[in-house]
Amino acid sequence: MDYSIKIGGEAGQGIQTIGDTLTKVFSRAGYYVFTHQDYESRIRGGHNFFQIRFSDKPVMASRKKIDILVALDKDSILLHEKELSENSFIIYDSSKLKQRYEDPRFLDIPFVSMAIEYGGGKIMSNTVATGTVLGMLGMKLDILHEIVKDTFKRKGEDIIKANINSAVAGHNFAVKSCMKCSFDIISSQQQSKILINGIEAIGLGSIASGCKFYSAYPMTPSTGIMNYIAGKGKEYGIIVEQAEDEIAAINMALGASFAGVRAMTGTSGGGFALMVEGLSLSGMTETPIVIALGQRPGPATGFPTRTEQAELQFAVYTAHGEFPRIIFAPGTPEQVFYLTSKAFDMAEKYQVPAIILFDQYLADSEWTFDSFNLKKLVYNDYRLRGENFRNLKEYRRHEFTPSGISPLGVPGDSQHLVVTDSDEHDEEGHIVEDADTRIKMVQKRLLKKLPLIREDIEPPFLFGDAKPEIVLTGWGSTYGIMKEAVDALSGNKSIAMLHFSEVFPFPSIKKFDYLNLLDNAKLTVCIENNATGQFARLMRAETGYEFKNKINKYDGRPFLFEELISQINNKI
Amino acid sequence: MPALEDYKGQTPAWCPGCGNFGILKAFKDAVVEFGIEPHQLTIVSGIGQAGKIPHYLRCNTFNGLHGRTLPVATGIRLANHEMLVVAVAGDGDCYGEGGNHLIHAIRRNINIKLFVHDNQIYGLTKGQASPTSMEGMVTKNQPFGAFSEQLNPIALAVALDCSFVARSFSGDTEHLKGIIKEAIRHKGFSIVDILQPCVTFNKINTYEWYKQRVYHIESEYEPENRIEAFKKAMEWGDRIPIGIIYRNQRAILEERIPIIKDSPLVKHAIDISMVEETLKEFY
Repeated sequence: MDYSIKIGGEAGQGIQTIGDTLTKVFSRAGYYVFTHQDYESRIRGGHNFFQIRFSDKPVMASRKKIDILVALDKDSILLHEKELSENSFIIYDSSKLKQRYEDPRFLDIPFVSMAIEYGGGKIMSNTVATGTVLGMLGMKLDILHEIVKDTFKRKGEDIIKANINSAVAGHNFAVKSCMKCSFDIISSQQQSKILINGIEAIGLGSIASGCKFYSAYPMTPSTGIMNYIAGKGKEYGIIVEQAEDEIAAINMALGASFAGVRAMTGTSGGGFALMVEGLSLSGMTETPIVIALGQRPGPATGFPTRTEQAELQFAVYTAHGEFPRIIFAPGTPEQVFYLTSKAFDMAEKYQVPAIILFDQYLADSEWTFDSFNLKKLVYNDYRLRGENFRNLKEYRRHEFTPSGISPLGVPGDSQHLVVTDSDEHDEEGHIVEDADTRIKMVQKRLLKKLPLIREDIEPPFLFGDAKPEIVLTGWGSTYGIMKEAVDALSGNKSIAMLHFSEVFPFPSIKKFDYLNLLDNAKLTVCIENNATGQFARLMRAETGYEFKNKINKYDGRPFLFEELISQINNKI
Repeated sequence: MPALEDYKGQTPAWCPGCGNFGILKAFKDAVVEFGIEPHQLTIVSGIGQAGKIPHYLRCNTFNGLHGRTLPVATGIRLANHEMLVVAVAGDGDCYGEGGNHLIHAIRRNINIKLFVHDNQIYGLTKGQASPTSMEGMVTKNQPFGAFSEQLNPIALAVALDCSFVARSFSGDTEHLKGIIKEAIRHKGFSIVDILQPCVTFNKINTYEWYKQRVYHIESEYEPENRIEAFKKAMEWGDRIPIGIIYRNQRAILEERIPIIKDSPLVKHAIDISMVEETLKEFY
């Protein structure tokens, strides 16, 4: 069992409401769900869609083939009709679209008039549509009732009743009129699942890492992090400050970190460009910071609400001067959660900037998981505070140590002073000009720390055949689609996926000789959501390994299952 | 009680006769008289000759980037509002590169003390016009004279309803010390624009030039009156007022954040096991 539902229409018509509600129903019923969204950079109008795939087995990418299309406007039909199969259906309301379709796969359902009749107003038509879809699938409405009660508990009994009556009307209508619907729903025996998207996972991961300060300037696709953390601020004691620009955002976070709390900022490529000076400041002053960098298609403003993986090289190489940095590129919300925790830990342990590189696709896609293992979270306080700091005989913020890591004191906790400088400085943190100190400082801050940081970086994840003839390689948000491709092709082929979620410093081959694996494969393909193959280039620069085959997609949309399979087959 | 000796730092690398010496002296005297220990104070400075001041003192220091003193200071104050946080910048640093941050720091009304060493010229980069250079000032980069109108930081601050606005002069260290103490005593964002001769590059606004013009604001002047403050702020030319120009008692940002009502953020304990409950919201 594996079905896809697409809800299409203009912004503001309620696509999100229908999509969110259906997704929640499936996930609470114990099904595995994957959703992805496509929207334009506008508040009203345009064409947008919300796509839901659900199954009794884990799903982690979208299919092209749609089983039910909920068309809230004519464009949805024009644009997505070709995604339908013979057994698929389009549901629409002819009174709203001002058109009737004769094709038997088109079901004209009076959402609006039913909403007025049973729900007391047009506003309920989305609830009618939700009930209709559940009716077509042959699912009961009990979970929807719970969700309606939760969602509208503050709005009162009348609103709850109107919603439930509307859903029932849609459901009944579908059961009666959709005689040919042949959806084969396996009733799920499983527990309800965690339903989470990439953005929420960053937010949850940061509050689970002891983040106390978040400053940012709103920018898609990172804004959701600020929304999530602000919503948890009171409960967790986190200050969220909306900065006047990204330059201020990163400098505020650095100030908070200097003062002794874990701090974070988030942005997208254009905002990160403004933060670059601050990134370098973090490197020089050895002030820990976590930066969530959400990629979207550029250059410049590009496609503000769409997806691309074209800021890897930017993240790796940007900023003046030489200093260590750590870059994570998680592939699923679960990886996002654990790697956010690792980013906070490593940033503070090594007193360096750590970047969580994600993209719009990962940000907005919802995944289901059976559970998260909270024992995998790490929390160590590496700062020198309170009595430990007070009782210290002497203190120098940038003291030369064998590891290169100097004591990170909390200013004010001791008579000892905490001094740092964006200029080159001595062990105390005061400005200097001499060559000897410069050499020692570069060794301390960069050359000594770098190998230690690299030790903590995990090698790529191998999925599929242990000695594969074909290796699909990728990083970040292509995890799901690549894994599904391996699953689909492994029946008659020796194939595996190599996925990198910790990309810089580039993982060594000590724990797992992935270069050997690639060398022994007959065909290796690097799959990336960008035009030039940035990861392939980074890999070549760091390891000397060169991918002969690449699959690149740069239309601002994520890979879809069918197209990727056919592109892989073309290479075989 | 702290002594002057506690604040002794590196030997300044400023030009002999630099206006910054007067500021350094007045600042040290003010904090010592106030009884502030070096570890209770953090200075955030930028880049320029002013930015070097914390190295010539002894206190917690974040000498950051050009123009970015106020965001860093804001982060420090929000994380620890028991710390006295002072931002030090030059006119180029604060009014040029960091102009946007100044506007928003004033709006936030975070309790930071901002001391601007205003010498009406770029010193460290050797003599270009700054936002406060007088119109027509000829420099290597402005051979036809500076075209842009001189920025009036005092009027700007009053227009933004800044909580504390003052001007002083580094050639009058007693006055300056008093103003620094008043700024520290005041609860709210405080800006002190300190007129400070650059003896090497500014041949117009010299000690002599300032001395002939500055006058102490009359004792009967009421800085709580915003309209009067505007009038005072507009005075520049033959007579330049020094003293407290505007003051109001707006609530400070730190007091409006309920999370830090009882203790500073940096003192909060961390309990990551709380996330177990939060995770339930995703089922």
